[in-house]
Amino acid sequence: MNEHRSTITKQECSLPVGEHFSSHGHSASDLQTNVAVVHSLPQEVKIVEVGARDGLQNEKVIVPADVKIKLINLLSEAGLSVVEATSFVSPKWVPQMADQKEVMQGIRKYPNVSYPVLTPNLKGFETALQAGAKEVAIFGAASEMFSKRNINCSIDESLRRFEEVMKAAKDLSIPVRGYVSCVLGCPYEGNVSPVKVAEATKKLYSMGCYEISLGDTIGVGTPGSMQEMLTAVIKEVPVSALAVHCHDTYGQALVNILTALQMGICTVDSSVAGLGGCPYAEGASGNVATEDVVYMMNGLGIHTGVDLQKLLEAGAYICKALKRRTSSKVAQASCKL
Amino acid sequence: MRLANFSDTLMQCGLRNFVHVTCCSLERVSGITSKVHGDVACHGTSFELWLLQVTYINHEVKKNVTPALPEFVKIVEVGPRDGLQNEKVIVPTEVKIKLINLLSETGLSVIEATSFVSPKWVPQLADHTEVMQGIKKYPQVCYPVLTPNLHGFHAAIKAGAKEVAIFGAASETFSKANTNCSIEESMLRFEEVIRSAKDGNIPVRGYVSCAIGCPYEGNIAPAKVAEVAKRMYSMGCYEISLGDTTGIGTPGNVKKMLEAVVKEIPKSALAVHCHDTYGQGLANVFVALQMGISVVDCSVAGLGGCPYANGASGNISTEDVVYMLSGLGIRTGIDLSKLMEADHFICKALNRKTNSKVAQACYKP
Repeated sequence: MNEHRSTITKQECSLPVGEHFSSHGHSASDLQTNVAVVHSLPQEVKIVEVGARDGLQNEKVIVPADVKIKLINLLSEAGLSVVEATSFVSPKWVPQMADQKEVMQGIRKYPNVSYPVLTPNLKGFETALQAGAKEVAIFGAASEMFSKRNINCSIDESLRRFEEVMKAAKDLSIPVRGYVSCVLGCPYEGNVSPVKVAEATKKLYSMGCYEISLGDTIGVGTPGSMQEMLTAVIKEVPVSALAVHCHDTYGQALVNILTALQMGICTVDSSVAGLGGCPYAEGASGNVATEDVVYMMNGLGIHTGVDLQKLLEAGAYICKALKRRTSSKVAQASCKL
Repeated sequence: MRLANFSDTLMQCGLRNFVHVTCCSLERVSGITSKVHGDVACHGTSFELWLLQVTYINHEVKKNVTPALPEFVKIVEVGPRDGLQNEKVIVPTEVKIKLINLLSETGLSVIEATSFVSPKWVPQLADHTEVMQGIKKYPQVCYPVLTPNLHGFHAAIKAGAKEVAIFGAASETFSKANTNCSIEESMLRFEEVIRSAKDGNIPVRGYVSCAIGCPYEGNIAPAKVAEVAKRMYSMGCYEISLGDTTGIGTPGNVKKMLEAVVKEIPKSALAVHCHDTYGQGLANVFVALQMGISVVDCSVAGLGGCPYANGASGNISTEDVVYMLSGLGIRTGIDLSKLMEADHFICKALNRKTNSKVAQACYKP
């Protein structure tokens, strides 16, 4: 018997195998999928809190800068490690974010917390940096029509704009997070092919984004389509560089997040109090509520570092300011956690 | 090298819980190895180990992680009973009858119609006899009713019921607070009902409340849930619905509870009844499906708040469940648009907004 002992680990088993061989009759790609699924749930999940930006951006009531600042400070104190602060987009497009500089300069910057901001182009990037931003985010789409309607240019054109931002960011060692919208469906095109999502994701990753957040923009996804999409994307981009940004428009967000976790994703975007409706379905909900996500993580024994009680306080604060009811079920039920 | 030696080698390489791979002999493994790797020197042990390990993982995947989801899920619609029971606004009999008729037309195969419990306890369902007699009974649809005791059972049969349900609990305190008797006493009452039901060939469905947590006792041990469920199954219930009454469950503890219960009862006889009080409903249903459960209770429009958390939601909404199942390619037989019509009807009558996210997103007046 050969004395050579192998120390092959499960990770190494995703070696590409050219031919069908398994005695169980699975193809290699099935095996790769199965191996991806075999990862047990992550021990730790990073929550990216988007309430102050994505959430507020989609709320009708405009809140003053000091309210935004207080919200972000409360979120920082809740143990979140990433709090998306604002968006350096023209106030003409997003009036809610007109006070972007004031907010960026007014918030208390905790040492263990990042405050990424959206920068749709070089101008926005430069303004963001001037205002003190240390991390930025860029937004791509997997749907051509969505790209044109949302930012008035094709996917390729948007990527060219982003390259300028990436270059400037690299020069200054500013990390850039990428977003891909419409990963599970588009309000204009309908179904979006997983291959298209993988392509857009790979481009952003190759350009230098350290992480890509895959957004189910209209919340139509279910665990089936989530799994299919992630299977395609994971072939192109390491799972550790991926995040999911699930909308709860059809009530599927938490189950989609669970599916993503089962596939090895360990970064999840969510919005305190589930702020931010859906601009594509009137009266519908949008972002998944951070409280509900954290509740699920806690129940699964997954560490997030978030203090749910403090998070609930932040949610209560902003809902009062917005004069609206929370969208978080945990918050609705709570008070006796 | 014989397979036995191979097992030793694998164990020494750190593969614990090695699943004996009966399907491939070493020769076959070697043969495949050289075919796949062609001119790559197949270093006997290391590649074969890799191959067997991959096969082992595959086997483990099938065993542990993601067993195939069911192809068909039976939805048990509890809106007219569990839903309405927990709504503040009392709706007239004709509204209940119309709701049930609308639901019958959606393709649902089980619609819990009412409860033969004393009107003193549940005023919403005081019209149980009229509702039972007034609904249109579609041939492919069952209309089970709750019967807490023999008296209720007889009234139900007289009113035309062909299937009944009984409610146990995995928490002693909850049993006493909810039905004024201990778990043991409730089982004795149920034995009477089941005996009569057997005589009349009436199928009996069992419910176990507080399968994850209890508003009074807190966390409930999975073993206790398994014990109560087993008791009810042995007594003759054809199906046991495991209820996360307070909605505190998450996929982690739902899985643990189900693992304990499936040791005692066949999966095909189990259902989950998840509440959405903390937003965990669908995720919990999904985990149950992954474990082979294929019967899910839910309530149109997510009717029925939670009596234990003021202002909180209760049942998961049937539309949201059907949406998820449909996206997963799992058949339910249900027409989602007709379901949303039923939702719209009852919410208007109750003067409330739907709890279903799907209905909120889709409905265009």
